[in-house]
Amino acid sequence: MAELARTPATPPTAIEEERTVSLWGEAWQRFRKNKIALVGTGIVLFFIMIAILAPWLAPYDYKEQQLAERLQPPSSEHWFGTDDFGRDIFSRVIYGARISLWVGFFSVLGSIVVGSLLGIIAGYYGRWIDGVISRLFDIMLAFPSILLAIGIVAVLGPSLQNALIAIAVINVPNFGRLIRSRVLSIKQEEYIMAAKAIGMSDWRILFHHILPNSLAPIIVQGTLAIATAIIEAAALGFLGLGAQPPNPEWGKMLSDAKDFLTQAPWTMIFPGLAIMLTVLGFNLMGDGLRDALDPRMKS
Amino acid sequence: MRRNKWFTWLAMLLAVVLVFAGCSKPKESTGGSSEKPSAQDTLVYGRGGDSVSLDPATVTDGESLKVTKNIFDTLLDYNDNDTSVKPALATKWTVSEDGLTYTFELRQGVKFHDGTDFNAEAVVFNFERWANGNEDKFPYYGSMFGGYKNDEGHVIKEVKAIDDYTVQFVLKRPQAPFLKNIAMPPFAIASPEAVKKYGDKFGEHPVGTGPFIFKEWKRNERIMLEKNKEYWEKGYPKLNQLIFVSIPDNSARLNALLKGEIDIMEDLNPTDLKQVEGNKEFQIFKRPSMNVAYVGLTATRGPLKNKLVRQALNHAVDKKAIIDAFYAGQAEVAKNPMPPSIPGYNDAIQDYPFDLEKAKQLLAEAGYPNGFEIELWAMPVPRPYMPDGQKIAEAIQANFAKIGVKAKIVSYEWATYLEKLAKGEADTFMLGWTGDNGDADNFLYALLDKDSIGSNNYTYFANDELHNILVEAQTVSDENKRNELYKQAQEIIKEEAPWIPLVHSTPLLAGKTNIQGFHPHPTGSDKFTKVEFQ
Amino acid sequence: MIIPVLFGMSLVVFFMIRAIPGNPAQVILGQKATKEAVAALTHKLGLDEPWYVQYVKYIGGLLRGDLGESIRTGAPIAEEIWPYLAATLELSLAAMLIAVVIGVNAGIISAWFQHSWFDYIAMVLALIGVSMPIFWLGLMEQWLFSIQLDWLPTSGREDVRNPIEPITHLYLIDTLLSGNTEQFWQVVQHLVLPSMALATIPMAIIARMTRSSMLEVMKSDYIRTARAKGVSMFWVVYKHSLKNAIIPVLTVIGLQTGLLLGGAILTETIFSWPGIGRYIYDAIGYRDYPVIQSGILIIAAIFIFINLIVDLLYAAIDPRIKYN
Repeated sequence: MAELARTPATPPTAIEEERTVSLWGEAWQRFRKNKIALVGTGIVLFFIMIAILAPWLAPYDYKEQQLAERLQPPSSEHWFGTDDFGRDIFSRVIYGARISLWVGFFSVLGSIVVGSLLGIIAGYYGRWIDGVISRLFDIMLAFPSILLAIGIVAVLGPSLQNALIAIAVINVPNFGRLIRSRVLSIKQEEYIMAAKAIGMSDWRILFHHILPNSLAPIIVQGTLAIATAIIEAAALGFLGLGAQPPNPEWGKMLSDAKDFLTQAPWTMIFPGLAIMLTVLGFNLMGDGLRDALDPRMKS
Repeated sequence: MRRNKWFTWLAMLLAVVLVFAGCSKPKESTGGSSEKPSAQDTLVYGRGGDSVSLDPATVTDGESLKVTKNIFDTLLDYNDNDTSVKPALATKWTVSEDGLTYTFELRQGVKFHDGTDFNAEAVVFNFERWANGNEDKFPYYGSMFGGYKNDEGHVIKEVKAIDDYTVQFVLKRPQAPFLKNIAMPPFAIASPEAVKKYGDKFGEHPVGTGPFIFKEWKRNERIMLEKNKEYWEKGYPKLNQLIFVSIPDNSARLNALLKGEIDIMEDLNPTDLKQVEGNKEFQIFKRPSMNVAYVGLTATRGPLKNKLVRQALNHAVDKKAIIDAFYAGQAEVAKNPMPPSIPGYNDAIQDYPFDLEKAKQLLAEAGYPNGFEIELWAMPVPRPYMPDGQKIAEAIQANFAKIGVKAKIVSYEWATYLEKLAKGEADTFMLGWTGDNGDADNFLYALLDKDSIGSNNYTYFANDELHNILVEAQTVSDENKRNELYKQAQEIIKEEAPWIPLVHSTPLLAGKTNIQGFHPHPTGSDKFTKVEFQ
Repeated sequence: MIIPVLFGMSLVVFFMIRAIPGNPAQVILGQKATKEAVAALTHKLGLDEPWYVQYVKYIGGLLRGDLGESIRTGAPIAEEIWPYLAATLELSLAAMLIAVVIGVNAGIISAWFQHSWFDYIAMVLALIGVSMPIFWLGLMEQWLFSIQLDWLPTSGREDVRNPIEPITHLYLIDTLLSGNTEQFWQVVQHLVLPSMALATIPMAIIARMTRSSMLEVMKSDYIRTARAKGVSMFWVVYKHSLKNAIIPVLTVIGLQTGLLLGGAILTETIFSWPGIGRYIYDAIGYRDYPVIQSGILIIAAIFIFINLIVDLLYAAIDPRIKYN
């Protein structure tokens, strides 16, 4: 009797396997096929590798000043030329990747954590607390973001950590609103009502049901947010409000290069290219993730 | 609905046209070397920031004073290259034996720009106005003349008009640099009628006796002045129009000069010197040095309390390399807190030589054989004495590292920077000072005396021996005696090493080759009376 | 809705700037100020009063329409601020015009010729545009077009020797009003580089949005039939796409203009453009509290106002959208 159940046309095991392959797997398949997304991911991985391997890749110490060799154009000794302290720009760009990636990643992480917390509380508990939190988001979003970041750094003092904090803060409302609307829509679903009916505690509901369902948009938004965070960090660095010398933050390098536009354009071109490529990588990756996870987001 | 399509095409077309129009060669008026042979009579001066107010007595910033210098005159003026005085609105003067009474004969037939007469009454009015004020209205008056009307320290007992063209100052006690102080730009004579008329708004409607008349002020953009045809110096000014333009970014200002948008720029980056020198269309102007750039070693903090440590740090800085790299050689090594042009300069003093071994030795002697960690504060804005504080700090950081002193560079923006320095929060810090009147007191007393702690003595250096010498020098009238005292003062300072004096810089300006008669003044305020285009 | 947000903002700004170390009086008087001078000015400016007194005074002034006076210049902010605002408005509008015109059309053409080389190049450029830091782009533009090629001026809004008599402070309009065509072209020349820099990101966003919106339109049966009939139906599709593109474009305009107003500060720094971004940024440097407070409120108010208009336009264009 058991043999009859297994027909070659549709082997039950195959069907079961298909069902157990999660929606994540489907997304992954879609992502893999998206060539542009793969390019983006490749770029991101490239920069991550550079950042990790910096000490081995950089031909010179990024701090080392050779005042006699200031502002040399690109040559075989200095692939990207030297800056006005005679430091090797190639090495500085490589080490700069560490700073940008670090700031980008951790500021967004911070935004996600705080934003999600606020968004969940606002969405789930509703009423006056939602009012307060949403109003807070509105106020933050009404500020031109760069002025708000400048203000925060002005209060805390210019440094890389404070720039990170400022960027994290200004991105909180974005994630907050995202999570809040996810929570609002999921709250109505039947299985949530069911869970509540059987007396599941709020926290368990939040963390076991709502959060996992919000993961996809967070991943997409997060990746894209890293892209903007890197630019915002560079902007703060450009204004002198981020990493302090001698740290080779790309934005600060551009600010230093400003004075030498006519004499030494390479000091400006390469750090800027680095920023652009890194951000491009994250943008492409984020777009790809969005396309891959799209059906899940629409649900 | 057709309209949509045509509108879009039209808009596209317009955009394309705009872009191409924009790309056409700039016209004559924006062009640099003009084909016009006729002499130009409008001079555009590019500076790094806008003025705060055009009422000279109420301001302390150089950007305001360099403009008011051309709208107003003072009783006496400085000579071209230093701070020795010459007649201006006053033609002759006498000083009494005891140094307490100064009598000035005033120039006759001078009128203010509003047509009213300049006379002794006007002088009295101005000085009374200031004496009746207070620190926030007329800051420079208080600091140069010891206070205001009811203050004990106020040096001027009374100002009176003996007749229409003679005015007399009676002092409570002698003030050696009195004549130099009178010549300072903040103490310019304003039209009493105009002051009464405009009250608090006088700063936007300045009326003086100067070579140029105020025309217009577009905040953060430009200030326009026009020739005063009735100027008392006959045949002058030569220019018809004088325009001050604010371009904060150094390289943007240079670009504006190179493209002919402005005629003179100040604060040329030393690193751009080569580029301009090689260009036949432009010439370099040097402002005689009356400044000092230094690293302050706050005497109340950590290892810096120990004199040996401070001396060690003095040995560790390669000043020559800094001058070559960041000042393009346009500076001299500083061994004293004041520049050589100031009377009383002690040239006999030997600077701490750049000697890393000696430095390490001194550190070991002081009990720090392995060095220590410290903060080095740097300002993020260019100053006349220091084109790039942060970069120079980086170089010094590298210097210090070689003797085991790990310096962390801390930067705050300018406003915060000064405030924290005043509170004594910085270990070591970059700073500088430009002299106001060319007097030694203006450097030594203001920067290193214990009375000045909380004002401009940011290192909190307090030395009683020094204090006594400086106070004595303030009252002595005999120049030679004063100079002796100041030389002694510098010896004490050298020994105690509250600073690492870095350089006396020569600020650079650049302008068109055909400009004549422009001699940048050490104080930073230039009078354009004799300037003209060839 | 708007009032509480503006109120909240004013509170946040009020506290934040007072949390920044640095005394405005010290800044104004400069490096050479004595302790006494600083104390006297602090008192005169009312900065030593308790915070609630200062705040109430400020709000009271606001309600009477008084934006306060700049601590640094002493001039009433309401008078002082307009030229800066106009400068940024002109720049932003020029940028948005470029962004919309080029972006929309690029998006439509990309969608129509989907998968063609134009499409790929346009979309790659759009992605690059969104990934570029504006300040870098501005510097590159300056280097290339102003210094290397000498085609365009480096900075400022006008030629200093040939100053413009401001009427509205919107120089494009002022020069036309005074009939001075030479000055008009000068203004345009000065506008080109900074507005191109500012336009890049909105242009890229609009192009992508328009493209995807048009692709949606093109999927509809009606359009597919039209396409099958050939290129002559292009204009029909174009027309429909424009209509559909309007909604996302309006969204972007609303969002981006607000961003441009305050965010233009980087472009304004590089091109020495005397706009409101720099006005506020400089004010932060001078600790000019009233300017910072009022300046940010004005930008926020304009931003909210623009969004309001955008919302109303939505309703007008698409009657299906309802509002309470």
